[in-house]
Amino acid sequence: MPDMIEKTAPAGENAIPAQRGTAAEAKAEKPRSLGLDAWHDLRKRPVFVISAVLIVLLVLFAIAPSLFTSVDPRAGDLRNHYLTKPNYLHFFQGDWFGYDGQGRSIYARMIYGARASVVVGICVTAGVTVLGGLLGMIAGYYGGWVDTIVSRFTDMVFGIPLLLGALVILNAFQVRTVWSVVFALVVLGWTQMTRVMRGSVITVKQSDYVTAAKALGAGTGRIMFKHILPNAIAPVIVVATIALGGYIATEATLSFLGIGLQDPTISWGIDINSAQKVIRQAPFALFFPAGMLSVTVLAFIMLGDAVRDALDPKLR
Amino acid sequence: MGRYVARRLLQMIPVFLGTVTIIFFMTRMLPGDPAAAMWGDKAADPAQLAAFKHQMGLDVSKWQQYLNYMGDLFTGDFGTTMGGRKVTDVIGEAFPVTIQLALLAFAFELVVGVAIGLFAGLRRGKAFDKSTLVLTLLLISIPVPVLGFIFQNVFAIQLGWVKPTVQAQHMTFDQLILPAVVLGSISLAYVARLTRTSIAENLKADYMRTAVAKGLPRRKVIGTHLLRNSMIPVVTFLGTDLGALMGGAIVTEGIFNVQGVGNALYHAIGRSEGATVSGFVVVLVLVFLFASLLVDLLYAVLDPRIRYA
Repeated sequence: MPDMIEKTAPAGENAIPAQRGTAAEAKAEKPRSLGLDAWHDLRKRPVFVISAVLIVLLVLFAIAPSLFTSVDPRAGDLRNHYLTKPNYLHFFQGDWFGYDGQGRSIYARMIYGARASVVVGICVTAGVTVLGGLLGMIAGYYGGWVDTIVSRFTDMVFGIPLLLGALVILNAFQVRTVWSVVFALVVLGWTQMTRVMRGSVITVKQSDYVTAAKALGAGTGRIMFKHILPNAIAPVIVVATIALGGYIATEATLSFLGIGLQDPTISWGIDINSAQKVIRQAPFALFFPAGMLSVTVLAFIMLGDAVRDALDPKLR
Repeated sequence: MGRYVARRLLQMIPVFLGTVTIIFFMTRMLPGDPAAAMWGDKAADPAQLAAFKHQMGLDVSKWQQYLNYMGDLFTGDFGTTMGGRKVTDVIGEAFPVTIQLALLAFAFELVVGVAIGLFAGLRRGKAFDKSTLVLTLLLISIPVPVLGFIFQNVFAIQLGWVKPTVQAQHMTFDQLILPAVVLGSISLAYVARLTRTSIAENLKADYMRTAVAKGLPRRKVIGTHLLRNSMIPVVTFLGTDLGALMGGAIVTEGIFNVQGVGNALYHAIGRSEGATVSGFVVVLVLVFLFASLLVDLLYAVLDPRIRYA
């Protein structure tokens, strides 16, 4: 499989300079960078617009949940039992989607749960992109024994299943916060980015402009970050965007298993776990956090699809 | 071919040793004293505890434990659990269950996924294709715990077609169908999408026009020429997936009470049983490495242009 990844990445890479070429030909109108070109392409896609709206809404939930509900998501009132049927006409009220097993408002918890998911998703993606991207760039640029060491080490970590490894790491934390989950997922998740980046850097490294920069006496740092990085980053961005939804799902799965986030933190995974005990009497207690989680993951996968199509037309 | 396989096998050795080393230290770093935990809430008698630690080989340094572990590993001794069972017995009990479940899930995603992908790819842009794209996207975005509970509730509890959980002592094959469907359904969505893209792309290939022009029946054009050439990305995915399926589905096995690898691992991690966890991982890494070798060898079978010298 590593061979396949390397093969597809260069194919995509070749397509990008070509696309840039056509953009440059239309110079008479307005020169566009790859990023700008992708942005113009993206704005016209309904998939991108829908997912962007959903993500903006989610980020709003994460930043300012109190804008959407005035109910305390942690206030459990046992008079509001889960057998009290939800009142679907009480918009934005505490009982809109009913109450969970401890009498807490499902609607409020649904809104407040966004924060943990969004923070884990974004931080893990940023972490693996920086860590994996850096390692991949070093391996691809220097080649030789550096490449051998980095690549073999990547293979070793890649062999540990993500969920299993995360369970082992998180089990070591007595108190688990969002940051412990981020830590576990970054430690195990960077391998994919390293592989993509390495393949991408190896192709870009052979370009004429890199040779030219070297001939002009540019330093290693300058070549790496000014010349290679901007041209090699596209496949990494594509993989990172698609992976983001997966990290959110992994966090929920870990919390569901009881080894992810812990109770004062509100997580859809924890709520799905507690809802399974009352699934026959109160299916809505499962439906809302689960639905929210699915919509979130869906939004990020759709965004990743759209970004891939815009940045990497060959991979379509 | 022979030399290629030999080279790949040699390359596997450092990766295997490295992964086992990483997982050894990860599991041994777990906090809490698993030996002391054998006494429950009561404080252990120091002399008894020391004797027990000595018996388990836990009274030497971590590095010495590591050397002992690796040495034992190559003689086929995976160590014992804190309860005194051989880890190989625990593995031998859990793996057959997971293998049955994994193969069932694998067959499901392969057959249904490729069939859906084939029909969607052949009718690109039509209603079936579009609904396939939407439905598979939805399936991918539903997390496993949610999917598991939905399927359990609908098919087992409301419709009553199957038993909601697997009986631990009297597991029958039909009880595994529902967990296998849940386990396979997300991969099924990927398989269907990959097949669809690949089929739609290869439909335009020159060899397809040749096959049609020389008057081959449609069945043959699609079966031998189109499908075979379109399977390479699908096989790549399925190979990694088989490795992942063997790792046991911690969530699915938990929901449906399947006493397989996932369940055993989950409980072993919870009890800080380092030897059990690393024992399972040793087997899993081997499965994973061989699955990826198998995939690379299958490329040559599917596409004769690919040769391994």
